Amino acid sequence: MIDRVALFVTCLADTLFPNAGKATVTVLERLGIEVVFPPDQTCCGQMHGNSGYPAEATALARRFVDVFGGFDAIVTPSGSCAAQVREHFGDLLGGNDRGVPGRTWELSQFLTGVLGLEDVGSTFEGTVAYHPTCHSLRLLRVGDAPLRLLRAVPGVDLRELPDAEECCGFGGTFAVKNADVSTAMLDEKIAAITASGAENVCACDSSCLMHIGGGLRRRGVPVRPIHLAEILAS
Amino acid sequence: MTHSSLDPAAARDARPESFPHAATGALANHQVRANIRHATTSIRRKRAGVVAEVPDWELLRAAGAAIKDETLASLDAVLIELEASIQAAGGTVHWARDAAEANEIVVGLVRAEGAEEVVKVKSLATDEIRLNEALEGAGIRPIETDLAELIVQLAGERPSHLLVPAIHKNRVEIRDLFRERLGRPDLSDDPTELAEAARLHLREAFLRARVAISGANFAAADTGTICVVESEGNGRMCTTLPDVLITVMGIEKAIPRFRDLEVFLQLLPRSSTGERMNPYTSLWTGVCEGDGPHAFHLVLLDAGRTRVLADPAGRPALRCIRCSACINVCPVYRQTGGHAYHSPYAGPIGAILAPQLLGEEGAVASLPFASSLCGACYDVCPVLIDIPSILVHERGKAVARERSGIEGRSLKVLGKAFATRAGYERAQRLGRKLQRPLARDGWIAHFPPGPLGAWGRSRDLPALPAQTFREWWESRDEPA
Ligand code: SF4
Repeated sequence: MIDRVALFVTCLADTLFPNAGKATVTVLERLGIEVVFPPDQTCCGQMHGNSGYPAEATALARRFVDVFGGFDAIVTPSGSCAAQVREHFGDLLGGNDRGVPGRTWELSQFLTGVLGLEDVGSTFEGTVAYHPTCHSLRLLRVGDAPLRLLRAVPGVDLRELPDAEECCGFGGTFAVKNADVSTAMLDEKIAAITASGAENVCACDSSCLMHIGGGLRRRGVPVRPIHLAEILAS
Repeated sequence: MTHSSLDPAAARDARPESFPHAATGALANHQVRANIRHATTSIRRKRAGVVAEVPDWELLRAAGAAIKDETLASLDAVLIELEASIQAAGGTVHWARDAAEANEIVVGLVRAEGAEEVVKVKSLATDEIRLNEALEGAGIRPIETDLAELIVQLAGERPSHLLVPAIHKNRVEIRDLFRERLGRPDLSDDPTELAEAARLHLREAFLRARVAISGANFAAADTGTICVVESEGNGRMCTTLPDVLITVMGIEKAIPRFRDLEVFLQLLPRSSTGERMNPYTSLWTGVCEGDGPHAFHLVLLDAGRTRVLADPAGRPALRCIRCSACINVCPVYRQTGGHAYHSPYAGPIGAILAPQLLGEEGAVASLPFASSLCGACYDVCPVLIDIPSILVHERGKAVARERSGIEGRSLKVLGKAFATRAGYERAQRLGRKLQRPLARDGWIAHFPPGPLGAWGRSRDLPALPAQTFREWWESRDEPA
């Protein structure tokens, strides 16, 4: 039984979405787990890796392994960062990864898969549409773990998101390099969110929520982007 | 977005034929987008249904990938065996280093026959080498016999989809085209009537034609058997009626054994058209006296394939069996259609294959960036091509080729900053300072030009909050 985890908060949540990080701490501590935050952590290198800068991505991967190598479990509130560590570190580091990829968990996978929990003692009031982010779904394969957690929260009224598995159009630098296509994809996602009738759109990645949330605000759509951890922390 | 001449990455993306630029044009065509959305939605639903029926689908995919990898690992030997088998069956094999050589060979063969027109089976390889243009240049009239290809040809366009070349056209547009180009002002937009008009037009061509040109889906090295898979039966007319049959095939279409077809003929129809079994599968081995063409020529096309083969990370792209499943699930293709790719290979497979095959300059250089890396393509690929990883690999090659522009410099600076805690925390504080003139009510809604401006065309951005997570964590540690 794991009773102590290192939190990899991700550079994006650290800098721009601290509430996702704080909520992750709240949930884990509520379950009696000691949370350690190694302050030397920075970034997993996903953006560099995906944009075609393998040297920089490798350096950041090496740093990640140095910082987190001593922990039995590393938990992060990001599907895409967890996927970067679990799916790409092995290749980037030529196997010199100290087993870190196998011990790194996205929050919903950690709660359901490692701890075997669905009800984590949350309560929430509101309608929620869940957007499965691409990397959590197809690279990390979280499956329905986030949905099972959401279903176990009293007060969460889950609404079906049409074509839920379609990409929101973020894709890191894709959103600016191919801004018009990215926007067309976002428009479809926002139409689906609107059609769901939910007041909240929930995901396991702050980056996709930043994209969807920025689009919702620009279009004046009164739907709130909310990280899964924030619902679970309520 | 401004594009300074100092920024090669931006300059690449700003070229009129670059993907971002062409995509912007394509997005404005709402009719085409609606057609594509409609067609891809129904094909992907069909595919998902018939794939779910096969209990050993994952094993089939693994087998398909393994056979292709085995072939690619010994392609030289497989091709020589294929050549020997075809010669033994009375056929002739020609080797073409590039498009020009292949076109020259085909034109020479048609001329030797004294033919002034040829009937064609839909073929990507001949699209790739622009054979029709070469034939027309030599005074030979190519007649496409696949209904959709015929439509595209009559419209003077280029195909927009691997298997559904006219996916960008709806039936009213097709009716108007036929009324004009087939001299049938009486036609309605009833699909049966349209198909019948095309059939009448083509039937005459089949009966006249002395030479036919096809591509190949597979070529079995052990028996020398060529396999063409199609839906309409026109291909079979082409491969049986004329005197001379010329097949143009990329070298990666060879498979070691006839019995390997067992795997591919299960994978292909379910992945491509969502059918359990393919309607017309034509197989022929050389020539047969008194039956079918009396001469058969196979033109083996390299045109960049050996270069792809030499790169282990890009190589799996050569496994592709052109089923188009990746295209049908691609959210980028769904918005833009195929023409924005400026290549016969569109969608995810186009984005990894075209830059490798057609060279890294020009129109296709921006293709590896034309993806959000959502991974839907990899999930459906029947031969397990990890398209997102190859996209990333190709991006790395593009980045390494260029002087670093704004993006390159920013990512390098960030990479350096993130190498130490002090540098990272400095970057966080700097970000907070720099955003001050832009942020209002916790959001940034107006942006300077450049990458931020591209974001801001359709999205706001949350402002950096006053306290980072790590600052909060430290404050929490302090005794109250
Ligand atoms: S890459 Fe895979 S899914 Fe795409 S066309 Fe080729 S075989 Fe089909």
